[in-house]
Amino acid sequence: MLEVRNLHVEVEGQKILRGLDLKVHPGEVAAIMGPNGSGKSTLSYVIAGREDYEVTDGEVLLDGENVLEMDPEERAAKGLFLAFQYPVEIPGVATMTFLKASVNAQRKSRGEPELSTPDFMRHVKQGAERLEVNPDMLKRPLNVGFSGGEKKRMEILQMALLEPRYGLLDETDSGLDIDALRIVSNGVNALRAANRGFLVITHYQRLLDYIKPDVVHIMSKGRIIKSGDAALALELEKNGYRDYVADAAA
Amino acid sequence: MPPMIRREHDAERMLGEQFRAFRPADASAGRRDEAFTLFSEAGLPSRRIESWHYTDLRGLVREALPPAPEPDAATIEAARERLAAHAVPGAARVVVLDGTYRPELSDLSALSAGVTVTSVLDALSTGDLDAGLAAAQKLGQVESMLALNAAFLQGGAMIVVAPDTQAAAPIELVMLLSGRAPAATYDRSYVKVGDRASLTLVERHASLGDAKSLAATVLVAAVGDGASFEHLARIDGLGPQALHLGTTLIRLGADAKFEATTLVATGGVTRRQAYLEFVGENATAHLYGVSLLDGKSHADTTLIVTHTAAHCESRELFKHILDGEATGIYQGRVVVAPGAQKTDGKMLSKCVFLGDGANMYNKPELEIFADDVVCGHGATVGALDDDQLFYLRARGIPLREAQALLLEAFASEAIETVSVASVKDEMNDRVGEWLRQHGR
Repeated sequence: MLEVRNLHVEVEGQKILRGLDLKVHPGEVAAIMGPNGSGKSTLSYVIAGREDYEVTDGEVLLDGENVLEMDPEERAAKGLFLAFQYPVEIPGVATMTFLKASVNAQRKSRGEPELSTPDFMRHVKQGAERLEVNPDMLKRPLNVGFSGGEKKRMEILQMALLEPRYGLLDETDSGLDIDALRIVSNGVNALRAANRGFLVITHYQRLLDYIKPDVVHIMSKGRIIKSGDAALALELEKNGYRDYVADAAA
Repeated sequence: MPPMIRREHDAERMLGEQFRAFRPADASAGRRDEAFTLFSEAGLPSRRIESWHYTDLRGLVREALPPAPEPDAATIEAARERLAAHAVPGAARVVVLDGTYRPELSDLSALSAGVTVTSVLDALSTGDLDAGLAAAQKLGQVESMLALNAAFLQGGAMIVVAPDTQAAAPIELVMLLSGRAPAATYDRSYVKVGDRASLTLVERHASLGDAKSLAATVLVAAVGDGASFEHLARIDGLGPQALHLGTTLIRLGADAKFEATTLVATGGVTRRQAYLEFVGENATAHLYGVSLLDGKSHADTTLIVTHTAAHCESRELFKHILDGEATGIYQGRVVVAPGAQKTDGKMLSKCVFLGDGANMYNKPELEIFADDVVCGHGATVGALDDDQLFYLRARGIPLREAQALLLEAFASEAIETVSVASVKDEMNDRVGEWLRQHGR
């Protein structure tokens, strides 16, 4: 289980998360919705291990083990994967080189043998086909000159190759047209498994039409203020965040 | 400018004595005397000369090393062994050992038809220098070290590519120092690329030993109309007591193309300077380079690019990776003469520090005297991009490995235009090897 307990986080003295509690069970897709500035992206970065955030209290437990003391690479090898809202462009590093480096670094860290090049290539090719990723993209520098949709598909391809225990999807739907949204969602759905959980961060209910959540959390001002089933997202879509934001402020 | 009152430096006095002993009594004597007089008037470049501010030879050169003697049989044998370990496939090879051209170590069998290579001393003694080369050579007339090089000239190669000749075989120009005893070497090579001809020159500087050395090496190139010239240089593995002064003087005709990539990965003090002039329209010049510096090494890249003709394009891209207490210097000056309209010039110098003891001086300059041009420059100094590092680490790539990937990518951008696959691979491999040696 991925569990966040009483998480308090500050950035440059500003409180962003204020005692956030959250559980994602294996096999579960949990959605987090909330207005701008509620701390959704901060939560995903803190779980993945970005350094610019100061955790002043709380824990993030992966199967009972606090990951907050770990380097980002260690968390990745333990099975945490963050699909970035804005995937980073890395000029000079071929996408294929990067994919192989990351898959093998994680295998090595877990004491597993590195994949042979043919095995790796087969793996990538299958994933790329499913996500309609053009093989030429794999030869290009990572994310450089990729369209918004291509970048997001590349994120999901990475997730497919790395087979994490928990996938954090940070506004994966932003900047996607309907076709790309369908492809990306299919890619995520194909990875749903009894031993794998997802935390899907989004502004819009639309994504949840494609990736059906088991549970929906509403986040405001750095806390989860309401949880429910998929119906909660539909209700939000109709009424907006207004009621919840007012509640939290009270 | 009125002559500066200057106290003679010990090294300068020693050079005078050495010159009188060295000066051969042949037809070159008059030319050498003239050059030595020029040198004596100016002396060693010091920090009072702006372009030598960061590489002050009056401070660095305490004693003048004697000109290297003709290599003996054992030195030639040692050079032969070193050369056998390394070759550019399909290339002709020209070897200069301790400043002198060595036909017995060179291999010209692969030379393309229409290309000739001769000893520079022979070429200079038998006729006047080609007008294009003489004009290119003049670009460096303000440099006293070039006058010193001319006074003590020991050897080098005269490479001529006939018009309309596409030289398929690259020429490898290997400058080896024996490094057995402290010595100075003074070599100069010329490359004449005829109209519409093309040539790739792979220049390599290395040393067989670690003795104190001064290498004043000069390459003069005249690239004809519609011709193209690729110059790939590598200064690698010189010891901490080496002082390497490399100058390229190059003149480009109309529609000419010049591509240069220089890799500096060496100890001691290195200064690579290039004077380039566009004399015909629609020519392009791309000057790229990577410096990998550690310890107390010092590398200075100084470029003076002059757009005399209109409609030309110049690009400079230099990457520096500094560790230890190394010093990196980049001085790039792009001059756009009146009338050189539609000049397109871009210059970028980027530095990454691995530790916090190193220093980088970035000095890009534009001097523009024409009003319809697009010119820009930039310089950055700092660490690797945090967003990129986090992205790689979030995918499980450990910090050191992530840094290495980014540093290799950082350097490779300045290597990617190299057309000779084996040279390009070697340069990239060298970057990787250097990074591993430095814990990345």
